[in-house]
This record gives sequence, C-alpha cells and structure tokens, in this order.
Amino acid sequence: MADIDEDQTQREAIEIDRSKGDFKYEENYAFDAGIGLTPATIDYIAKVKGEEEWIREFRQKSLKIFQDLPMPTHWATADLENIKFGDIRYYLSKGQKPVRTWEEVPDDVKKTFERLGIPESERKFLAGVEAQFDSEAVYSRMKDELAQLGVIFCGPTEGLRDHPEIFRKWFGKVIPVGDNKFSALNSAVFSGGSFIYIPKGVKVAQPLQAYFRINAENFGQFERTLIIADEGAEVTYMEGCTAPKFETATLHSAVVELVALKGAKIQYITVQNWSANVFNLVTKRGVAEEDAEVRWIDCNIGSRLTMKYPGVVLRGKRARGEVLSIALANDGQHQDTGAKMIHAADDTTSNIIAKSISVGNGRSTYRGLVHIPKTLQNCRNNTECDALLINEHSRTDTYPAISVRGRKNSVQHEASVSKVSAEQIFYMMQRGLSEGEAMSLAVNGFVNDLVKEFPMEYSVELKRLIELQMEGSVG
Amino acid sequence: MPDSLVIKNLNASIGDRPILKDFSLTVPKGEVHAIMGPNGTGKSTLSKVLAGHPDYSVQSGEAFLDGEQIIGLEPDVIARAGLFLAFQYPSEIPGVTIANFIRAAIVARQAKGAPFDAKAYYTELYAKMDALKMDRKFTARFVNEGFSGGEKKRCEILQLMMLKPKYAVLDETDSGLDIDALRIVSEGVNAMRGPDTGFLVITHYQRLLEYIVPDRVHIMWDGRIVHSGGKELALELEEKGYDWVKSDLAKA
Repeated sequence: MADIDEDQTQREAIEIDRSKGDFKYEENYAFDAGIGLTPATIDYIAKVKGEEEWIREFRQKSLKIFQDLPMPTHWATADLENIKFGDIRYYLSKGQKPVRTWEEVPDDVKKTFERLGIPESERKFLAGVEAQFDSEAVYSRMKDELAQLGVIFCGPTEGLRDHPEIFRKWFGKVIPVGDNKFSALNSAVFSGGSFIYIPKGVKVAQPLQAYFRINAENFGQFERTLIIADEGAEVTYMEGCTAPKFETATLHSAVVELVALKGAKIQYITVQNWSANVFNLVTKRGVAEEDAEVRWIDCNIGSRLTMKYPGVVLRGKRARGEVLSIALANDGQHQDTGAKMIHAADDTTSNIIAKSISVGNGRSTYRGLVHIPKTLQNCRNNTECDALLINEHSRTDTYPAISVRGRKNSVQHEASVSKVSAEQIFYMMQRGLSEGEAMSLAVNGFVNDLVKEFPMEYSVELKRLIELQMEGSVG
Repeated sequence: MPDSLVIKNLNASIGDRPILKDFSLTVPKGEVHAIMGPNGTGKSTLSKVLAGHPDYSVQSGEAFLDGEQIIGLEPDVIARAGLFLAFQYPSEIPGVTIANFIRAAIVARQAKGAPFDAKAYYTELYAKMDALKMDRKFTARFVNEGFSGGEKKRCEILQLMMLKPKYAVLDETDSGLDIDALRIVSEGVNAMRGPDTGFLVITHYQRLLEYIVPDRVHIMWDGRIVHSGGKELALELEEKGYDWVKSDLAKA
C-alpha cells in the first residue's frame, strides 16, 4: 500500500500557499558595504566579519583575479553582459549573530522563514538547519547528539575562526579561486554558507539543511560552502533558495566544495526556486577519494539565467560520482546546466542523468564534461540527457564533451528530445484535468524516475514547484 | 430534455472537410444507444466533437448534457459536466501511473481544497480492477505505455467505472479485443448500466452488441443518422452488410 502514503503527501503538498516565495520585509541593515565593488568593499567585509589578515589578502587577490578574467561569453550567453557589477550591493547584514532558537531571531526575519516553512521542516525531519538572510546566517542549530559526535555545522566565518586546522586545509582546494570568473568573485566577497565536518565513521541519518533567502533588491548573495566527510562518514545536505520578485537584477553566486574522504558518502541536494530576476551563477564540485561517493541532486527552477555544472573529481580507486539534475526553463528563463565528471583513478564510475523542461520561450542547455585519461582502466561513465519541450518556441541545446581514452574504459551516452503532444493533453483534459493540470502531470511524469531517487520531502516540494510553474504557462 | 444527451442539427468539419451534416440524436439517461456505420462516415468525429477536441470546428448545431449546452466548451469542462469518452486510441502518458492519473481526474472533480480519501479510493480502485480481471500491479504502470490493445481498452473502462460520468461515449471499444477481453469489458459496462448513466456505443461490428445489448441502434452514413431501430437492427445490418446502407438507406 505504498501508493497511499505517497499520494497523501502529494495531496498535502498541493495545498501549500502557492505564492510562497514572493514577499519581502522592510530593509534596514546595520552593515551595508554600499553599492559597487572595489578593494574598499573587500576591506569593509573583512573588517565587519573580524577576519584574520590572510583571509583579507585572499579576498583582495581574488578580486584582482575576478577583474582580470573576461566574461566567458565566447561560450556562454551574452546575457551575462547585463550584470551590472557596479550597481550591486555586496554585503548586507543586520549585525546579528546566528542564534540557536527561533525565538531569538528578529521578528521580521523569523516571519520570513516561518512563511517558507523552515522551522516546521526542522521539527519534522531535519538534523540541523542554517538559515541565511541576505549576507549572514540568522539561525543555526544542529541536534545536540550530533555535536557530541564531533559533527561541525556552522558558517564559514565561524569555521575559519573556530576550526582553522580543518577549514584551511580544504578551503579553495577543490575549486581554486581562478577556476572561473564567478568563483573568483565569490572568493572575493563570500559571506554566509555552511561549513560542515563529519568525523570518521559518523553517519548522519537525517539531512542537514541550509536555506538561502535574498530579501534586498540590487543585492548579491555569495555564500560559500565547504563540506568534509571524513573516512567512512555519511551526510546528506540540502539547500533551498528563494527571493522575492524585484524589478531589477539580483545576483547569486555561490561556491560549494565537497570533500569525501576514503569510503565517505556525501549527498548534496538543491531545490532552488529563484524569482525571474536572479542571475544564478554557481560553481559546485566535489572530490571523491578511494571508495567514496559524491552525489549531486540539483533541481533548478526559476531564475533569469542559471549556470551551474556540478562536478565530481574521482580521485581514489573505486570512487563513484553522480549528478541527477532537473531544470525547468519557463518564459524568459535560461537554464544552462549540466555536469562534470573527471576520472582520476582506476575503477571509478560516474553517472549523469539530466532532464530539462522548456516552457513557452524558455531555453534549457545541457553541458556535460566527461574526462577519462588513457592512463586509467576500468572506468565507466553513463550519461543520459532528456529534454521535454512544451511549446512551439521552447528551446533546448545539448553540448556534451566526452573525452575517453585508454583501454577498458567505457562510456555510454544517450540523449532524447520529446514533446508533450496535443493528443496527450486532450486525453488528460477529457478526464477532467485543466490544461495546466494536464501539463504539470505530463511534466511530473517526465521527471518521475529521477524524482523517485530523491528523499520524499524534496520530491514533494519539487512536484509542487513544477505545478506552480506549469499553472501560469498555458493560455 | 433535462435527462438526456441531446444532439441537434450538428454540422462539424475538420479543416475544410465537412463531416457531421445536420446530425441529430437523443440518448435518454438510463439507455444504451449504439451507432453503427461503415468507416469514414463520421462516427469517431462525433465522439471527438462532443468531447470538445480542438481540431474540429462546429459550424452550427447544439449538444445538451442534461440541458446544459456543451458545444464550444473546453474539453475539461465538458468532461467534468459528465461526458466521458472511451478512446479508440488512448494516448500514452509516460511516467504517470494509472493510480495517480485516475486520482488526479477525481481530484479535478472535487471542490478546491476538499480532502481526498485515499483509502476509500484504493478500495474502490482495487474492487473495479478485480471486476475487470486486472492485476493490481497495473496501478503502478504508466498510463497506456507498453499496453496491449486489450489492456488499453480495459484501462479505459476502468477509468469510466471510477469516474462515473452521466454519459459515456465508447468509441470502437471492441477494436483490438479478443473474445475474452471483449466479454470482460462488456461486463464492466453492463455493471454500470442503470438509471443514472446513458451510453453511446460506437462500433463497426455487431459482435460487441451481443455483449452490450443496446436499447436502440442507429445507422450512420455520410455524417448523419439514416436509420434507427431496436437491437434487432444490428443483426439485420450484419446480415445485409453496409452495401444495404449505401444502396437503400442513403437514399431515404
């Protein structure tokens, strides 16, 4: 009777307030780095955060690299040119320190997260929560028993201050500053995000969750996340993101580094629902050592432009990497997403399943990179990318780059493009479903096999978001 | 007539080609009417036009579902008003299970936000599947994907039984069915016969009508009904063949 449970949850999900993310509270900030990005902006951020000198220097050096790197429009969309770096605010905070109870969170901020359902989810199924409001976390709490096991879950500022011996060893190592223009930007102005360390052999059963909320207009959010799972450790991390609808562009540019040491498992889940004014330019990469596993589940809904290609460097023997990704590009949106699998040891395996849905004149792009050098053997990659087009003007492009050399290495690539047909829609409407309901059922069916891989709570959230997107897409 | 499906002087075309020509027919609730006729005479078009298919345009005429005019309404509005069409060629919906599909159709009929009784739903679903001799594993299969012809038709009848429309149009439900499947499907339809439901059974062959015995039989030719009679008309037609329709009835 498993069907019943699944269906009940699905039903409940439909009743959630549909305009969930689109609201904002008044802006009043104690700390504001002002508009524009100069070395003085960096000094201001470092000072407010009370950082050590080496971090300030790291930031300044990163700023220089950011400024020197050209915009990657020789391969990426020219829409990037529309980001006005000089008009953005790079640091905003109310001066709060993250607190451990929701009662201590300032009222308007607390209301924001209550409307987004965060405290409720925490009670129901999470092992720890961190809630970030613009540049800084306002709430951070993890179950006491995890702390007793030595699990660390805090922001990067606290991580740098309280655990430098772990933090410094890995910080910027998986994704170097100059990896790309936006990783350099993040390295210059990063604030907020998560620092997680799971000690040897500790398996965290419930997910740790971070929620990133942009509240201010003309603002850039640059969280930095570093997760280290020590030998044999296991953790699932989930991030959710929303912002209200603004008239002007908002920038979100995160860097996420994962380190799975020997035999460790990290699962990183993103369900983002950015409003249509957000440029979402994120660099995500993990390293998997011997027998380790890094798995990215990445759901990109909303934003004006998302560019994100989660990757895994398979550095130890028998390491496994996986990217499961779903992107939905609605009218005026461009989801430029994909995956990177860099095989660097024998017997490593990687799996990429990417599904995209393009609605209206929405555009989805898949970019994949699979690299297996000739010095390796017994490496395997499987790549599947499927695109679903909803309307006449919907667009999808696929750019797979596969470089596989050497003996006994294998790669399998499958791609498909399908359309929701008028007959399918008529058939569903004849059963009483509205056109929007029929569309969202077809889309949910298309992603169904992937969504089944997700933890229940997130699959419900995703279905709800798809329904929301499809609702406004017909007419 | 409040308790009938009434079709009055319907003229409909696909593209420039007129198909229904002053088509009129009344199916009172509680009765089973059969429409027979040769291929290309407009039987399937009739079912699509009634269901509001966007490819067909209606030039004139009306259709009433218990007094409510349905021509020009959206397909989902017509469906929720109480018209069910069992398709000759049902569409596949990849990734959507039968259980979730029928459930979505039921939820679409409920008031917004009304609670859904999942337990009662599955109890009823399983009972109806048993009646149609469908394996319970069927609920987890994707709608019509990889189904045999017989499975598709059974699935249509299952939906019919779960959605309980006021009027059901069965479009060539017998095509692609072997004799056992035909019997099972017919039993399903017969179980639904009663004062609350009217049936319009479209078929090319008399065979189906041995199992679903109609109250009235209509012969369709060139976009209209040319002859009506009791159930024995189907036998007469079988005997004389469609040439009889062409030579005699068409002139009438």
